[in-house]
Amino acid sequence: MHTIIQQLINGLSLGSIYALLALGYTMVYGVIKLINFAHGDIYMLGAFWGYYVLKFWHLNFFVALLTAMVFCAILGVVIEFLAYRPLRHAPRITALITAIGVSYLLENGMSYLFGASARNFPQAIEQQNYHIGGFAISNIQVLILVTAIVLMLALQLVIKRSKMGKAMRAVAVDQDAAELMGINPNHVISFTFALGSALAGAAGVLIGLYYNTIDPLMGMTPGIKAFVAAVVGGIGSIPGASLGGFLIGILETIVQAVGLSAYKDAAVYIVLIIILLVMPSGIFGKRTKEKV
Amino acid sequence: MLKVSNLYINYGGIQAVRDVSFEVHTGEIVTLIGANGAGKSTILKTISGLMRPKSGLITYEDQPIQNASSATIVGAGISQVPEGRHIFAGMTVQENLEMGAFLKKRGTDMSSTFKDIFARFPVLAERKNQDAATLSGGEQQMLAMARALMAKPKLLLLDEPSMGLSPIYIQKIFDIIQSINEQGTTILLIEQNAKQALSIATRGYVIASGEIKLEGTGKELLGNKQVQSAYLGG
Repeated sequence: MHTIIQQLINGLSLGSIYALLALGYTMVYGVIKLINFAHGDIYMLGAFWGYYVLKFWHLNFFVALLTAMVFCAILGVVIEFLAYRPLRHAPRITALITAIGVSYLLENGMSYLFGASARNFPQAIEQQNYHIGGFAISNIQVLILVTAIVLMLALQLVIKRSKMGKAMRAVAVDQDAAELMGINPNHVISFTFALGSALAGAAGVLIGLYYNTIDPLMGMTPGIKAFVAAVVGGIGSIPGASLGGFLIGILETIVQAVGLSAYKDAAVYIVLIIILLVMPSGIFGKRTKEKV
Repeated sequence: MLKVSNLYINYGGIQAVRDVSFEVHTGEIVTLIGANGAGKSTILKTISGLMRPKSGLITYEDQPIQNASSATIVGAGISQVPEGRHIFAGMTVQENLEMGAFLKKRGTDMSSTFKDIFARFPVLAERKNQDAATLSGGEQQMLAMARALMAKPKLLLLDEPSMGLSPIYIQKIFDIIQSINEQGTTILLIEQNAKQALSIATRGYVIASGEIKLEGTGKELLGNKQVQSAYLGG
């Protein structure tokens, strides 16, 4: 029992990272029905941005976090503009393959330009472990969880209250009708990529601090796991992506805790297979269709 | 106000609209009637900028708009109520209406617009915080019309507004169309319910297989033998 609760605490930190990433997958899917497989690599680039800013400019950790979000937001918008926008009216599979291509380009481009070796992420915040009621928790774990929750609440506010957030929901429900309102779908799509990529950038910096090591291929596996998290929550659903992220994070740490470390990735994919077989629309599923 | 000249539109590899020309003058209710698949909706979507014509000219207040974006066209004063309502499910009635006023500048005071809309559609005021998907079909049609009116259009395009509604709601919808028109909005109406459309229309055009077959005032077309047998059930 003690182990399980301890792993729950660890799982929440890892889950926060997956949740932040899964939100980007689900928002982009909601608006243009594209699984952006390059999303994990945006997270990698966010981590690298944080690495350089902290290591060479010695800036404050929160400055690194915020600038990484801005950097990734811009990057997401540029990638969408160059790679996906020309394919707006192409079959969906074309855009999907392109996303995989963009992913390889970013991974190998980074390896080529900056080197493929793993680097030690600067410990901008010194780790301190607390023991509360027999459970170990570090200040970094708390930081990750709190940052993730603050970002999710901010996202919720943007989507529910802001004009662009509402336009985003309108485009996700019915793009033609949104256009008839005078909404330019391209602006909404850019906005969506900016939001999703900013969250991925934040996740990248947080994971650097948590795992201490980053490399150009670090986005591959978490990218796919976050995609699984988005599917588990119900792709297109924002609360679903958050919940899915936490569930996948907890599942992974528990599998590790019971001594099946070697199978922690497999466990996540098994969950994907089971979800696709028995509950393909995920936990929060798709909204019911409008009445005719 | 709106002039369509020699319009050709391809849709899914088929020539859906052939050499269509018609005009809408300020203050009129003009209706395009014709059977399902005659190309009526295609024409409206092209006016709104959702589709592009193969050739031909669409001018609105003497400006060509056939290559303009939907946002430009809405901004110029043309709003469309699409066939099948297309309300934003999962968003509240209030939010749906806000989307209708999307192009209004930030900080514009919308309260008088909302007041006018809620006065015309009291049922929407009662349900403004409800998910739009929970409305009945007739209420959704009201919402779709109200949403288009939020932009204060000069020309309102209506695509099959009575489709799938009960007779009571059909009557309500046609009454509302007339009152919107009386308050100064020009209307282009597409309907399969030809009898009711022609009875409120200033002028009408009959479309079959993508071409205009007949035109005249609403009264003339209602009295026309061909129209009676083909579209008014004899």
